[in-house]
Amino acid sequence: MRWVNRQIGRRQAIGLGAIPIVLLAIAYLVASAQRHALNPADKILPLPTGMASALWKMMQQPDALTGNLVFWADTLASLQRLGLGLGIATLMALLVGLVLGALPPVRAMFGPLVTGIAVIPPIALLPILFIALGLGETAKVALIVIGIAPVMVRDVAGHVGALPREQIVKAQTLGAGSWQILLRVALPQALPRLIVALKLALGPAWVFLISAEAIASDVGLGYRIFLVRRYLTMDVIIPYVAWIALLAILMDVALTKLSHKAFPWAHGVAR
Amino acid sequence: MSALLSLRDVWVEYGDRIVLEKVDLDVEAGSFVSVVGPSGAGKSTFLRVVLGQEQATRGTITLDGVPLPPECGPDRGVVFQKYSVFPHLTVLGNVVFGLECTASPLLGRLCGAKRKAAEAEAAEMLAAVGLADSMHLYPAQMSGGMQQRLAIAQALIKRPRILLLDEPFGALDPGIRADMHALITKLWRQYDLTVIMVTHDIREAFTLGTRVLALDKRRHDPHAPHRFGATAVYDLPLTKPAPVEEEDEAA
Repeated sequence: MRWVNRQIGRRQAIGLGAIPIVLLAIAYLVASAQRHALNPADKILPLPTGMASALWKMMQQPDALTGNLVFWADTLASLQRLGLGLGIATLMALLVGLVLGALPPVRAMFGPLVTGIAVIPPIALLPILFIALGLGETAKVALIVIGIAPVMVRDVAGHVGALPREQIVKAQTLGAGSWQILLRVALPQALPRLIVALKLALGPAWVFLISAEAIASDVGLGYRIFLVRRYLTMDVIIPYVAWIALLAILMDVALTKLSHKAFPWAHGVAR
Repeated sequence: MSALLSLRDVWVEYGDRIVLEKVDLDVEAGSFVSVVGPSGAGKSTFLRVVLGQEQATRGTITLDGVPLPPECGPDRGVVFQKYSVFPHLTVLGNVVFGLECTASPLLGRLCGAKRKAAEAEAAEMLAAVGLADSMHLYPAQMSGGMQQRLAIAQALIKRPRILLLDEPFGALDPGIRADMHALITKLWRQYDLTVIMVTHDIREAFTLGTRVLALDKRRHDPHAPHRFGATAVYDLPLTKPAPVEEEDEAA
């Protein structure tokens, strides 16, 4: 049977998906064990036990300076920045994207500006943000917003602009004006797309968060990774990276679930 | 007999391309006008101009003696071949939408007793098009024929002065199409509608219409085919068919 026609069942899919992950884990364990056989104090490829005890220490031990539990303080700080950044960007994408997509005069006036902002590499703006907003939380959140909002705005605007003309005309023949079309036709149909845009923005948002934390911060997941790098403590870095990956996956799954629950019509409801 | 809709010397041009030229037309209330013609003869342009989606370059169009405003409004209902219904609303929501827009300009939503009343009215309209059992489905869950039934119900709830149909049954298979013909004939009689229907199916045009309008170019310049527009080359009033047979079909 041709590969393009092969249907993979659910169980089979889980099994197939696990193979490369398990292989990678085995390869790591073998390499790590070999290094530790030669040098029991090896720091570059820590054993799982070493990583677990290092992470446990980060979770349990209060920081000497602040008295906070380091791991949880880092997680909270990072999630707060990320949440604020994602929230503001999502709101902007919805409001700006909606009017940009649905109202031709607004698109003519602000479309070029949004396009212009979108092509600036956000990291290049980081010095400006630090100068203008200081080294505090605002600059970090602002970097995330500037990094992801323009792409999300353009995505939502494009989707709203591509709604069939027939729908807009039909709404008008049913007595709707611009405001009602925005509210009842464009907005509900923009929401599932907004969630897709948000999911795609999660990756870049983490990149900008960790960049900002690496450069100027005193707490946060990105800050910690870049701090302990100086001591080659891979037994902290690797669990932190795995934790970030887990958080990102959880957010993605939660958004997918939310979209299916809130907008069943957008996901090919069973006929 | 005074005309409901009048077109006087209407021209539609895109740049130097003339699509419609010198269309003069009166449509009487209660008539069912079928518009036929070859592809590219401006059938759909004609419909969009009457609808208000496009503007005539020259000429005047009046509805009830009043010039048409340059945009669509609730006095003219429309059913397109596709994309006529809102995918994010249920069947009931799609029909209630029209009532909500007029009644609630700020929120576009009704609640409480007003919503109940609107839903009852919408349910009645849905029963009239045969969708009484599908009120809580989303359009994506329904067949093409059911979606067109919904689109008709959605348009009729506003009691438009004119109902415009743009190849409404073109994408349906023949059996469903016959059902839809019976339905639209029934509704046309029941609600005293004035209908303008664009179709490429000549048989459909003659079966349903009380008047058939053929749009085509009167003249043709082989060196500059775009310089002559189409107009009504045939305008055939039909004697109304005896309703007995079709009433039986509908019932």
